[in-house]
Amino acid sequence: MGKISKLLAVAAFLMVVFVVVPALIGITGRKDLYYTLSSVALLSIASAGVWLTFYIGRINIGQGAYALMGGYVSAILVMTYGVSFWLTLPLAGVFCAIASVLIGIPILRLRGVYFAMVTLVLTEVTRLAMLALPITSGAKGITSIPLPDAVSIFGITLIPDFSTMENPRIAFYYLAVVLMTLCFAGMYRLVNSRIGHICMSLQQNEELASSIGVNITNLRVIAYAISSFLGGISGAVFVAATQSVYPSSFTVTDSVNFMLNCFLGGLGYVFGPMLGTLVLYFGWNLLFETGQYQLLIYSTLMIILMLVLPNGILSVGALRKKG
Amino acid sequence: MSYILEVKALTKRFGGLVAVNNVGFGVNEREILSVIGPNGAGKSTLFKLISSFLVPTSGEVLLKDERISNLAPHIAARKGVVRTFQETTIFRNMSVRDNVIIAHHLRSKASLLGYFLGTKIAKRDEAEFGTSADEILGFLGLSSIVTETAKNLPHGHLRALGIAIGLATNPTILLLDEPFAGMNHDETMKAVAMVRKLRDRGLTVLLVEHDMPAVMKLSDRIVVLNFGEKIAEGTPAEIQNNERVIEAYLGVEDEAIGL
Repeated sequence: MGKISKLLAVAAFLMVVFVVVPALIGITGRKDLYYTLSSVALLSIASAGVWLTFYIGRINIGQGAYALMGGYVSAILVMTYGVSFWLTLPLAGVFCAIASVLIGIPILRLRGVYFAMVTLVLTEVTRLAMLALPITSGAKGITSIPLPDAVSIFGITLIPDFSTMENPRIAFYYLAVVLMTLCFAGMYRLVNSRIGHICMSLQQNEELASSIGVNITNLRVIAYAISSFLGGISGAVFVAATQSVYPSSFTVTDSVNFMLNCFLGGLGYVFGPMLGTLVLYFGWNLLFETGQYQLLIYSTLMIILMLVLPNGILSVGALRKKG
Repeated sequence: MSYILEVKALTKRFGGLVAVNNVGFGVNEREILSVIGPNGAGKSTLFKLISSFLVPTSGEVLLKDERISNLAPHIAARKGVVRTFQETTIFRNMSVRDNVIIAHHLRSKASLLGYFLGTKIAKRDEAEFGTSADEILGFLGLSSIVTETAKNLPHGHLRALGIAIGLATNPTILLLDEPFAGMNHDETMKAVAMVRKLRDRGLTVLLVEHDMPAVMKLSDRIVVLNFGEKIAEGTPAEIQNNERVIEAYLGVEDEAIGL
């Protein structure tokens, strides 16, 4: 793509997300969509993290663990220590990144299905830990978390207090899409820079990568930490939007979904997880009408999609080019 | 004259099996030294020990008098000992040019964060790597296929690409793992010429190989292994006339091929 068409694509994306969607919701009056779309945006951030671990050649079914951790870190800081939500947001991400370094150093030595299995267990372990730890108040969870407060510098209000708003859902929508935009802009830059190529070299042949001097252990841990950072951020905003967090807020099912989002969108495309999340989330909800057959139809469609488009939805363009 | 690479009393045991037993030799600067031996003689193990892909049970490997055994492979590579692979080990889904560009990793001056932010140093690095990759690919006669995806290349080109990847790291000594395996006579002769060109570039080359005629033609000196032990060392002429070698290796092979 040329520079101009790239700029146009970015402008179109920003237009749709920040202007067209809110306008359409305003016209149709379907305010509930704000919540749905914020969820999609937040889940796509967590999925982007999973996508990055795929990019270094690891199947990650443990993102739910970090989303849950991030949610709890933010909730506990806000409720117990009275820290502003806006400060807990990066702290939740950083906490998850540090936790993932400690967890990642031993488990990232594993490859293929073995790594996948361990990460799957990680989600469950985190859920059980949140049930058991004294600070998380067990199965009751943490509820009635106050909405994000105002941010002001030198008396100028940058972000108003969410609780004073008529409809805080709109505010959450904007928060979620801003974070999503930042996340994917960062990911795009990462993948298209030399770091992306080095990650790719890891995915394709770790032995060769180390023979040309790449410190594969370090790089794997860094990628996993970034991935978990994104999981934590996503979880923290999710918890703030629902104003509650339970050990079951993010479960193994969510971890699997994060992974499916990446598969569905396309592992070779940075924006794959975003599209995958959108399709998967809406697809599931659309099929709600079919009642008891929902899961059956949904699974069948997923299988067909993976058979027809093994490289994800975004590979349609590549197929067409080939002729 | 001191050696650029020295292998000292190197031993590797796998459980009860002694794969490499008390092997020692030295490689001179800008020399082509081959390690040969019948199947199971311990060549591949020795190769992995020198390139730090295996940790020796005892003994050591010195590069310019500095110990490099027991280091992680990427650190050994940083010191200047770089290996190629026996199989067609390349970055399969990247273009030929990208394969070589990525292999410039050791020459990076910018940090990972620098590459992310696109700093001046990072941009200069990237431009440099591109130019250098083109030079290396030209040097190895791969200029016409730079945009091909690596996995689609024919066998001979894959080997050359493997060497190009090794060259991009700017090694002091390049270790080639069976560079002529699976090649016909013409391909082998081309590859022999290529290895000579590497030496002309100032590189020291150590190779492990089966193909006797190629080794005899190419090497300055040869080290012969049998059952994990060094049984001979010398120029091709000396090795050809060494009775222990003939007994252990050439004699058997001659019978086998009916000469």
